[in-house]
Amino acid sequence: MTFGAPIPGTPVFDGDAAVKGYALNKMCFSFNAKENRDAFLQNEEAYCDKYRLSDEQKQAIKSRNVLQLIAAGGNVYYLAKFAGIFGLNVQDIGAQQTGMSIDDFKAYLVSQGK
Amino acid sequence: MARIIGGLTTSHVPSIGKAIAQKEQESPYWKPFFDAFKPAHEWLAREKPDVAVVIYNDHGLNNFLDKMPTFAIGAAAEYHNADEGWGIPVLKPFRGHPKLSWHIIESLVADEFDITMCQEVLVDHAFTLPMALMYPGNIDWPVATVPVMLNSVQHPLPTARRCYKLGQAIGRAIDSFPEDIKVVLLGTGGLSHQLDGKRAGFINKPFDLWCMDKMRNDPEALARLSNHEIVEKAGSQGVELMTWIAMRAAMTGRVKELHATYHVPISNTGGAVMLFENNPQPHAIAAE
Ligand SMILES: [Fe+2]
Repeated sequence: MTFGAPIPGTPVFDGDAAVKGYALNKMCFSFNAKENRDAFLQNEEAYCDKYRLSDEQKQAIKSRNVLQLIAAGGNVYYLAKFAGIFGLNVQDIGAQQTGMSIDDFKAYLVSQGK
Repeated sequence: MARIIGGLTTSHVPSIGKAIAQKEQESPYWKPFFDAFKPAHEWLAREKPDVAVVIYNDHGLNNFLDKMPTFAIGAAAEYHNADEGWGIPVLKPFRGHPKLSWHIIESLVADEFDITMCQEVLVDHAFTLPMALMYPGNIDWPVATVPVMLNSVQHPLPTARRCYKLGQAIGRAIDSFPEDIKVVLLGTGGLSHQLDGKRAGFINKPFDLWCMDKMRNDPEALARLSNHEIVEKAGSQGVELMTWIAMRAAMTGRVKELHATYHVPISNTGGAVMLFENNPQPHAIAAE
């Protein structure tokens, strides 16, 4: 793509990612509405089928693993709505992606202000 | 004629909404950020703008990947906030200013900006929280609003140069609106942050301070950044800097900084607030 050299640890949500992740992102976009969040919680697999997720995407949803979700084409703005279902905020998902404890991740954020 | 009296740029992280709802403005974590708005409150109380033109980026409340506008402008009489999925309270509706919206749209399209025009916009936290920061205490919003959305979700994103030119065109449009109204500009987003990937949590204080310095003295320098450079230096969501660039470019007069605050972190973000006054150029005064 024309964006330029890869930046380590930094996904770029380009056309390829958008094509790959369309179903997954569409499902996550639906989580703006409470009735859809409830429907997902009631029957996760049926809800994923309704949005025609690929096997990779279903597996990533099952795993609750953000890096896997991104690899499956997920965009973080929509994935944040999926994380919200479980009450996870951006520190929780930051800690998960970097492999830090939540306290270490928060300390890392604070250290960058020094 | 309409007059741009100044503008405010601010971060807009969703947790600000939680902090407001839970009344944490005075907590040690939040106080430095919320205190940054005190000079803005005094200024707004004195200047009493009629309309706020809010330049921001939607995060998947209004716009989805099915049709992603690069630049979109609201032209409705009213705008609603809605559930974004993570439990921050929904704020009350905002009054629009359809006449000014359509004037800006007409002017921009004549200026060769092919924008998306919207009769309905659900405004997300990037619009609502800066409004709540400017006008705290759950009062009736004292200004009408015009939402301007820039695509920060789907690459290719508009270039910094294009956002700068869009801002200039918005400034020209407002300046030529025939009604005697006072307009305040908002640019909401940034500064450096990255939510996704193994580099999640990345904040770049030196780069943020450099951006704030350029906002003051040399906004053209911001327009020269490539999006690759911005992602590298400000993180993948640091691209929200585009809203600051457009807002700064829209101030067409002599611009004076009234206040600036930088505080790390708010949530995962370099928290930054800047307040500017915009005065007509001397030749404009002479012509009046
Ligand atoms: Fe944002």
